[in-house]
Amino acid sequence: MEYVDSLTGFRLDGRRPTDMRQIRGEIGVVPKADGSALFEMGNTKVIAAIYGPREVQNKSQQVNNQALVRCEYSMANFSTGDRARRPKGDRRSTEISLVIRQTMEACILTHLMPRSQIDIFVQVLQADGGTRSACINAATLALADAGIPMCDIVTSCSAGYLSSTPLLDLNYIEDSAGGPDVTVGILAKMDKVTLLQMDAKLPLDIFENVMQLAIEGCKAIAQYIRGVLLENTKQLEYRKGV
Amino acid sequence: MLQSKSFVKKTRQGRVVKVVREHYLRDDIYCGAPSCKTCDTSAARLSTSASTVLIVDTNVVLNQIVLLENPAIDDVVVLSVVLEEVRNKNLAVYNRLKALCTNSLRKFFVFSNEHHKDTYVKEMVGESPNDRNDRAIRVAALWYQSHLGVNTQILLITNDRENKRRAIEEGISSETVESYVRSLGKPDLLDLVVPSSSAGVSMEDVEDLRPSKKKVIYSEHKPMSEITSGLHHRVYHQGKLRVNRYNPFEAYVGSESIGDEIVIYGRSNMNRAFDGDIVAVELLPQDQWRDGKSMIIADDEDDEEEDVHLVPSSADDAPRNENLVQPTAGSVAPVSGRPAGRVVGIIKRNWHSYCGSLEPMPMPAAWKSFGQKNYFIGDRDTENEVLLIENDINTRPFSSQVLACLPPLPWSLSSEDLANANREDLRHLRVFSVDPPGCKDIDDALHCMPLANGNFEVGVHIADVTNFVLPGTPLDEEASQRGTSVYLVERRIDMLPKPLTEDICSLRSDVERLAFSVIWEMTPDSEIISTRYTKSAIKSCAALSYVEAQARMDDSRMMDPLTTDLRNLNSLAKIMRLRRIERGALTLASPEVKFEIDTETHDPLDIGMYQIREANQMIEEFMLAANVSVAEKILRHFPLCSLLRRHPSPTKEMLEPLLQTAAAVGLDLDVSSSKALADSLDRAVGDDPYFNKLIRILATRCMTQAVYFSSGDLSPSEFSHYGLAARLYTHFTSPIRRYADVIVHRLLAAALGIAKLPPIFLDGPQLMSIADNLNHRHRNAQMASRASVELHTLIYFKKRPTDTEGRIVKIKSNRFIVFVPKFGIEGPVYLVPKGDKGADWVNHNPTGQSSSSLSSRFVKQLFAANGGISC
Repeated sequence: MEYVDSLTGFRLDGRRPTDMRQIRGEIGVVPKADGSALFEMGNTKVIAAIYGPREVQNKSQQVNNQALVRCEYSMANFSTGDRARRPKGDRRSTEISLVIRQTMEACILTHLMPRSQIDIFVQVLQADGGTRSACINAATLALADAGIPMCDIVTSCSAGYLSSTPLLDLNYIEDSAGGPDVTVGILAKMDKVTLLQMDAKLPLDIFENVMQLAIEGCKAIAQYIRGVLLENTKQLEYRKGV
Repeated sequence: MLQSKSFVKKTRQGRVVKVVREHYLRDDIYCGAPSCKTCDTSAARLSTSASTVLIVDTNVVLNQIVLLENPAIDDVVVLSVVLEEVRNKNLAVYNRLKALCTNSLRKFFVFSNEHHKDTYVKEMVGESPNDRNDRAIRVAALWYQSHLGVNTQILLITNDRENKRRAIEEGISSETVESYVRSLGKPDLLDLVVPSSSAGVSMEDVEDLRPSKKKVIYSEHKPMSEITSGLHHRVYHQGKLRVNRYNPFEAYVGSESIGDEIVIYGRSNMNRAFDGDIVAVELLPQDQWRDGKSMIIADDEDDEEEDVHLVPSSADDAPRNENLVQPTAGSVAPVSGRPAGRVVGIIKRNWHSYCGSLEPMPMPAAWKSFGQKNYFIGDRDTENEVLLIENDINTRPFSSQVLACLPPLPWSLSSEDLANANREDLRHLRVFSVDPPGCKDIDDALHCMPLANGNFEVGVHIADVTNFVLPGTPLDEEASQRGTSVYLVERRIDMLPKPLTEDICSLRSDVERLAFSVIWEMTPDSEIISTRYTKSAIKSCAALSYVEAQARMDDSRMMDPLTTDLRNLNSLAKIMRLRRIERGALTLASPEVKFEIDTETHDPLDIGMYQIREANQMIEEFMLAANVSVAEKILRHFPLCSLLRRHPSPTKEMLEPLLQTAAAVGLDLDVSSSKALADSLDRAVGDDPYFNKLIRILATRCMTQAVYFSSGDLSPSEFSHYGLAARLYTHFTSPIRRYADVIVHRLLAAALGIAKLPPIFLDGPQLMSIADNLNHRHRNAQMASRASVELHTLIYFKKRPTDTEGRIVKIKSNRFIVFVPKFGIEGPVYLVPKGDKGADWVNHNPTGQSSSSLSSRFVKQLFAANGGISC
């Protein structure tokens, strides 16, 4: 199958190889939580809720010099076209939970909150490729909403390599083509990579191009997220009447 | 802007799911006219002075592609909706259109109307997809009209009356193909216009003189849903239809559901299915199952000619289980075991080009010339073209883009090539090549040097094609499409352009050439001590023919170094061959014939079996060894993406016909392994000198062909090559004429760290599709060569009725199949005049049937008497 039209250079959904899908972020969608956010990348839609910092529930897990970060990733039963029961804690979601936890832990200033616990819940409402990235982006927004101290904002984006072209932000059809899929997470301002995942083989020079493209994507997302946060802060200011 | 596309789809498991996809609409799609002020013109393709821009409808592309390919038609905008529709309807036309759109000399522009914010249309309620697409075309035309302004005329070319009417209503100028071409005032273009039934005089208006037109000949194919449920309930059976080589009105469908072959007799039962189609078959009631005998009292259509053919060379094209049912002795068997059936539907067509002939109607109403040549049946050029078309062989000259990739001529070895650290200078070695006489594309050469320790250094040097054919270039694309060179009796269709094939890559004598070498150190017992692979520069000292090489070896007076090398190689090769045979390699036979062609008229002058000499076997042995060595090397480095060649072991069922024939002659073959089979074939010697060869030919026919595959797709146990009894095998030694070898060269270069592995190798599905294409092309090339030999045999015998010896290989109810070893042809001989079908001539005795057939000698008188084979 041709994932990039050789005559027009468009992808199946009308994007060019370096185009991202439409993104949208919203803060404060779960009032009960300490912080929450919704993040959309095209048809992928995820929701994140943060509880904490709060007392550690299971005392045996308590860490005395820093906060305990926990993460739970799940997919809603209705998130894909066919309604399937998803067992909790299957391999895939355990792995993604771990990835998200590690990525977020890298930017949270955990040493400021010893003997406490931060829970990150992310749920996929609609899946169309790139859920991992969308979850990280949503979690960043929600953590900021919860007012948890972070050294920088983490953003993530994926890029792939199909029809001999590096493609930014794969959707489900492109993702299931079986080509390499590189997910990158960066600390936007510090320009540091906190997440890099790929489970295929790519020649080194091509890999660098693909990774560079994903980093560009991350930076664009970071800019957008900063805008959303700024807007949100302005709202808060306005409400407080400062 | 974002649009959501949502539709309902049925999955392979039969569930219905709703699919929602994003569909982005953009404002940065340009119109392609260089004179446009608002658009980015860097990618514009239309001409600057275009006063008229054509927009074509799908039906115009589908029917008039020949016209569009004419350079007189230019400044065409192809909408993406049209491209998509064409792709769904006819892939061949789509590829031709795509070639037009990418050709830099033609002014065809692809406009993605489906992604443009102003030209995207949403399907309206109650609107059929077809109407929606027509509307999309009109909307795009309208957009162009307002976008380009009054200076440029937009003309919508459509042959659809309704579409044209609506276009004119909406204010778009629209014309049919005929009226547009007429307005150009070029009468020769008019010839290219294919008259369509919806425009001008419709066919219904002309009274059809053929009575058969009115009658229903074939029963309708069942709808797919009915077939699926029928297959599910085991009312229908699915399988691949294979037509009997000798009788176009008899076919077999191998069905897994009943575990036997279903026979289909007659044209109406075959119901428009062609050879190779996947069909659904319904079994006929048992009383209509016919045994082998009543086959002769077949339908009226059955009296068609049966032709003389070359012998099929593998099981892929010979009908299987032909001898499965043997009527009980002497009696007319009332019920045969072979189920008969009829085709009720075609599940998958084996699309493929067919050639046919037209017979002039008794009263030609309007005989129109299509602007093409006239062709006549039996004419050599016509028949040649037919065999090329039917095997889908690309004979078009190489395009200018492809030729632009060639190095400047005359090419010679440059100092840069020698300075390359990866290239070893082997010009001092005594390298020579041995090929068939007149061979111009020499891709292999050898050297053999005695070492001080008594061992030999043997090198196989293969033309370094990949030095000139770089991955991703148009030249590479073209070569990978063609896949292989095709050898016809009087002509060669190259995979690579002539300068590469015959000059730059060809390892001719006394010129310096680049090569890729495999160098072994071998003991005098042909044990390989070490293997070395390197790119090299060589200078061949002699390009010998097989005859010359043989003559040198045989002539004991010649003691020059070259001849000594030849003798050394030959003695090594003999040991290698022996060892290979001991491992169980099969010596299979296929009757190869050779022609002598008149240089003026190109008619065959003489015909004879191809003679295999020791020299041939010597070269073969070293090429096999090189291939095996390379296969091991590349697999070690790239276990997941190496291109290898495997030959699957034949199954018991496939060998069944061989076993039965052998049993009939009282021969017991052991087929438990290739070694056992090879041994029992060696033991199968009759009084007849040809007997062994015949058995081998029959054995060859039971095997499938060897195929290319990517090592990532199969498990290592499936890699082996049955025929050569090799654990691993690949093709490395003929990169000039096979694309597989080019791929293997790249793999080997990457394995040595000389070059980078092209990214295509990491794309599993694409590698698989390349391997599939190579298999397909390889097979077609073989079929074409065989058809060419067949054609020349016929031309030869047309003028020379000949008496010769033949062997009967099979007895059928009304005929027997005779093989003529001298010419390698096989054909049926009727014992009953064709009109007199009912005659019961055989009192045959099934066990005796083939025992007499294989050993008895028939003199050609019979042939003459029956006119069966005096072509």
